[in-house]
Amino acid sequence: MINWKVILNIAKTHLLTKMKSTVTASLGVTFGIGAYITLVSFMTGLNKMLDSLILNQTPHIHIYNEIAPSKKQPVALYQEFEDAFNVVNSIKPKQSQKKIHNGFPILNYLKRDKKVYGATPQLRAQIFYLSGSIELGGNLIGVDIMEEARLSNIGDYIVEGTAQDLKNNENGILLGAGLAKKMSLKEGDRVQISTIKGDVFPLKIVGIYQSGIADIDNIQSYANLKTVQRILGEAQNYITDINVKLYDINQARAMANSLGKQFQVKAISINEANAQFETGSNIRNLITYAVSITLLIVAGFGIYNILNMLIYEKMKDIAILKATGFSGNDVQLIFMSQAMIIGAIGGFFGLIVGFVLSKLIDNVAFETEALPTITTYPINYNVWYYVIGISFALISTFVAGWLPSAKAKHIDPVRIIRGT
Amino acid sequence: MDFVLETKNINKYFEKPVEFHVLKDISFEIEKGEFVSIMGKSGSGKSTLLYILSTMDTDYTGELYLNNTLITGQKHQELSRIRNKHIGFVFQFHYLLSEFSVLENVMLPAKKLAEKSPMEIEQDAIEKLRMLGIEKLATQRASRISGGEKQRVAIARALINNPSILMGDEPTGNLDSHNSENVFNIFKRLKEEEGLSLLIVTHDEDFAKRTDRIIQMEDGRILH
Repeated sequence: MINWKVILNIAKTHLLTKMKSTVTASLGVTFGIGAYITLVSFMTGLNKMLDSLILNQTPHIHIYNEIAPSKKQPVALYQEFEDAFNVVNSIKPKQSQKKIHNGFPILNYLKRDKKVYGATPQLRAQIFYLSGSIELGGNLIGVDIMEEARLSNIGDYIVEGTAQDLKNNENGILLGAGLAKKMSLKEGDRVQISTIKGDVFPLKIVGIYQSGIADIDNIQSYANLKTVQRILGEAQNYITDINVKLYDINQARAMANSLGKQFQVKAISINEANAQFETGSNIRNLITYAVSITLLIVAGFGIYNILNMLIYEKMKDIAILKATGFSGNDVQLIFMSQAMIIGAIGGFFGLIVGFVLSKLIDNVAFETEALPTITTYPINYNVWYYVIGISFALISTFVAGWLPSAKAKHIDPVRIIRGT
Repeated sequence: MDFVLETKNINKYFEKPVEFHVLKDISFEIEKGEFVSIMGKSGSGKSTLLYILSTMDTDYTGELYLNNTLITGQKHQELSRIRNKHIGFVFQFHYLLSEFSVLENVMLPAKKLAEKSPMEIEQDAIEKLRMLGIEKLATQRASRISGGEKQRVAIARALINNPSILMGDEPTGNLDSHNSENVFNIFKRLKEEEGLSLLIVTHDEDFAKRTDRIIQMEDGRILH
């Protein structure tokens, strides 16, 4: 039978009379856990921000019609050349339109799918922005702007004007920030655009769009789908891309595969499109955890040291306890509970320190041209990091306490008392 | 016969630094309420014997009975319980837990035993301290009291669970004559008033002569 009250009382007395060592050991844990929380919150915050910078602009599945050469060249169809070794020089892409065939039926099919959170049509057009005699090459994307705003965070990147403004204006355009700067244009101005065929259209700037990625902001603008269809002189069913957002991003790859086969289109999942990005964030996470675990292990060694010293100091006490009827297990529990108390208190304060530091970082101004929506350093307040932090504090102090306390358990009282 | 402690052919060897036969066929018994002292030169094995009797040392051959039940071969956990309940132990060097108050030191073995409520234990502890004339020290830290007082606290602690036998390893060895006398008188009174059995290892011939029986040891054997 274990008498917890007595054991904890002895542990408490030891800790209180050795206040300095207790505080030192607890501080070791506090700093370890605090640094872990701060580091992991800050790093994953940054990761998340960088990821979302790219990933939020990438649909889970992107469907389009790829311009590519036919896999089977006509010569292969000739039976006469069946056994011959055919060489075809300068293969050209297959004659085909850029639009997705049956784009709207596919869209409707996707919208009915239960796995799909939403699907939006897009029409990408190559255009020129005219500024006096200067022509700037670029893209104009025709979108269903309200649906786009619901599914992606495009709204965050509209730095002037709103998505609603674009919807309300038949001839509106959300001009890329880089373009606006180059052409010295602002909201409310008019911009002339020209299609590849040479038709010129004036559009009214209803907003400025800034994604934070200069390469995009310098060439890309948004307009209503119908506007772009009209500019290009195409029918109302002419769309070049469909962006799909799923409820579960992990199904993207499988679904992209089946959609590609089903509709004879090119369907790319987010995983394929951003494979290198995932690798980057995985490695950053790995570094975060490696550093955190190192910190916690150092804290663990601190506890190990202090408990070891404590047990050397308390040899006589241990002998007396054993002589008066405390068993080896009782003695081990006394020292284990000291380790766990240090771990729990140190860990708890570590969480607080981590939270306070995170808060501080969160309030440090961080303004950059590239990230219009970010004003302070990003912090990821995930409750799981706190759960992991306190668990790690308890586990590491448990391990650090185990060896010294096992030694205390096996101390032979006779040898101590007789002084041999 | 009603023996509180009985040994049969206890043998013990030290293996380090060289093999050495410390205890040779030790057989004796102590009756209930008997006040026995063990005397002998340094190295005669008397302390070694005492620690075997106290159940702390289990590395021996032979049989040890406490209250007519065989103790030899019991598990450590069980031995701890027996020590807690049936054996009170007083050392040469007081050996109190210096961070605890006098009262807590005395209460600790009883709290471990947990047969009584904390209130009862505290009353018992104060009762024992009063019996030994040191109840006014109850709230002092154990490190703040004098040597003679410490030894009396240690005796109070040894008695808290009303043990079957009180063992002492030169309990007066570190005390001046006045305090030694005091401790002896306490032992005597315990025997007479409470019927406690005592087994005391000592160098002090005056002390030993006044006990009921002296076990004289030499070279690991009992002479008489």
